[in-house]
Amino acid sequence: MTFGLRGVTVQQGGTTLLHDIDLELSPGTLTAVIGGDGAGKTTLLRSLVGLVAPTSGQVHSTPPGCLGYAGAASGVYRDLTVEENLRFAAAAYRLPRDLIGQRIAELLEVTALAASRARRAAHLSGGMRQKLAFACATMHHPELLVLDEPTTGVDPNSRAELWRLVARTLADGTTAVFSSTYVDEAARADHVLVLDRGRTLTAGPPETIRGGVPGQVVRLDGVTSEAPSWRRGRIRHAWIAPGARRPAGAAPIEPDLEDAVIVAALAASATRHREEAP
Amino acid sequence: MWAMVVKEFRQMRRDHRALALMIALPLLMLVVFGYAASFDVTQVPTRVVGPAAEQAARQLPGILEVVEVRAEQDADEARDALRAGEVPVAVVAGASQVRVLVDGSQLFTARAVAAGLASAAPTVDVEVLFNESLDTAAVMIPGIVGLILVFIGTVITSLGMVRERAAGTLEQLAVLPLRSRDVLVGKIAPYFLVAAVDLTVVVVVGVVLFEVPFNGSPWLLALGSALFLLVTLGVGLLVSSVSESSGQAIQLALMTLLPQVMLSGLIFPLEAMPVAIRSIAYVLPLTYFVEISRAVMVRGADLAAIAEPLLLLLVLGIVVFGAALARTRRDLVPARPRKDPTARQQAGPVTA
Repeated sequence: MTFGLRGVTVQQGGTTLLHDIDLELSPGTLTAVIGGDGAGKTTLLRSLVGLVAPTSGQVHSTPPGCLGYAGAASGVYRDLTVEENLRFAAAAYRLPRDLIGQRIAELLEVTALAASRARRAAHLSGGMRQKLAFACATMHHPELLVLDEPTTGVDPNSRAELWRLVARTLADGTTAVFSSTYVDEAARADHVLVLDRGRTLTAGPPETIRGGVPGQVVRLDGVTSEAPSWRRGRIRHAWIAPGARRPAGAAPIEPDLEDAVIVAALAASATRHREEAP
Repeated sequence: MWAMVVKEFRQMRRDHRALALMIALPLLMLVVFGYAASFDVTQVPTRVVGPAAEQAARQLPGILEVVEVRAEQDADEARDALRAGEVPVAVVAGASQVRVLVDGSQLFTARAVAAGLASAAPTVDVEVLFNESLDTAAVMIPGIVGLILVFIGTVITSLGMVRERAAGTLEQLAVLPLRSRDVLVGKIAPYFLVAAVDLTVVVVVGVVLFEVPFNGSPWLLALGSALFLLVTLGVGLLVSSVSESSGQAIQLALMTLLPQVMLSGLIFPLEAMPVAIRSIAYVLPLTYFVEISRAVMVRGADLAAIAEPLLLLLVLGIVVFGAALARTRRDLVPARPRKDPTARQQAGPVTA
């Protein structure tokens, strides 16, 4: 079974938040929706879980009982303990009474929250709270798991743990989709959708996006160039558009996903400028 | 400092509800409460009974406004009419003696009648029923029970949905397999129980400590309280579902609380209010609860006597709860597509 969006447009208050978006979530795969602030990531995920009705287009989702969702605000009750939050989720998803204790113990163990089971969610770190939200969302072994910016504000160790949990859930056959502003996180996905101002900038498996970069990406290494460039650590990368001359001394490199996304944004911007020019 | 002043003004200008509360509401309250704030009862609906009723009705002082003359009725039937809340005063006109029966549960009315008769007809025998010593506590405490229920039901409950929205848990509830009514009933049930416990404690303390009479059936008071709580909890949920922050919810809840305190007959007698102001009182749930609690506790009224306010509370409950349910459903189930009628959202997986 495939979930996803077909030609979805969302307009609110005269603003188009999503414009004709297609996204197919293949069974058992992980999809990343990435983009900057205001790109439309949250609106897309909210459309998918039924919190936002599209102005046009179709949403193929799952009934609430088969859906797991953790919103950007984590959505756990801060004045309840870890275990109380899990018990509420178990009851809301109507888990059989005799299975609740076992499932909660299992989730506490895999999320390493067992020692904090009696702590209130308000007193957890950001990473622990996200893990709790993840545990609540996967309580019922959902068919579709939707995570809105699960790693924002989370330290690197907790991020790694969260991705381990996601991988485990995928292995159980769940289809998952997450949003992020961090391009490096998208590299672990089977499919990536890059949004820019509500439109699809580029989409596909990470290797396809990397391989589809028009022109060349070069490493400048102190070379001055008029080509659009960006900093990667201590060095600069630049995009040499198709037909443009590569500066002398600039070495071509194999673009990674982050380079490919930046090039896609630059190419889209160049197209827009050409179209808007008199 | 100037920067702070400018910033505050800008924020104030954008918070329309708070601005209305600061400017329009005080004016409205002044006008409404100015007319309502009166203890002076000038005319009291009166039934005249007994063999000499016709003659007595023509000779009564101005404060007693004769609304019925029932020569066939006797003193016991007049007492029953007062217990049922049909009229606050009955004049029993016998062949040789005239006696005035006054409902003591309507404190200011009873005092006005007693004072009016003392000066106009000092020889007439006045008998105050149900609250013989015209004790203020006996009349106020049954009403205060209602006020406490309004506080818990409306003010505390109003924070419920707002808290969910602020914490981001409302959208979580929306994707859980819960029906809107599950969420609504689940939200109010704990408050309902706490309010029921509070009600019991307040009534027991009132009876034991303040010697408030409890002449009627506790079950009738429980029934009235349950219906009244449903309305107040519904108002709380409605306020909660239309508010964007806790501050707004409290403001709105207080806006529903104040008129009830001032106009329900709890403090100022309804008989002393102009008709236009009194008509506002009749859409306020506390008006009916005050009527029910005083009737049951002080007068010992039966079910038939309080059937009308019970029914009106039920109607108010249905209206308010229906509105709260509709609003909550809007929060928990996304709106249908509006701009493109051909668009649709499909629930359930499809095979590609």
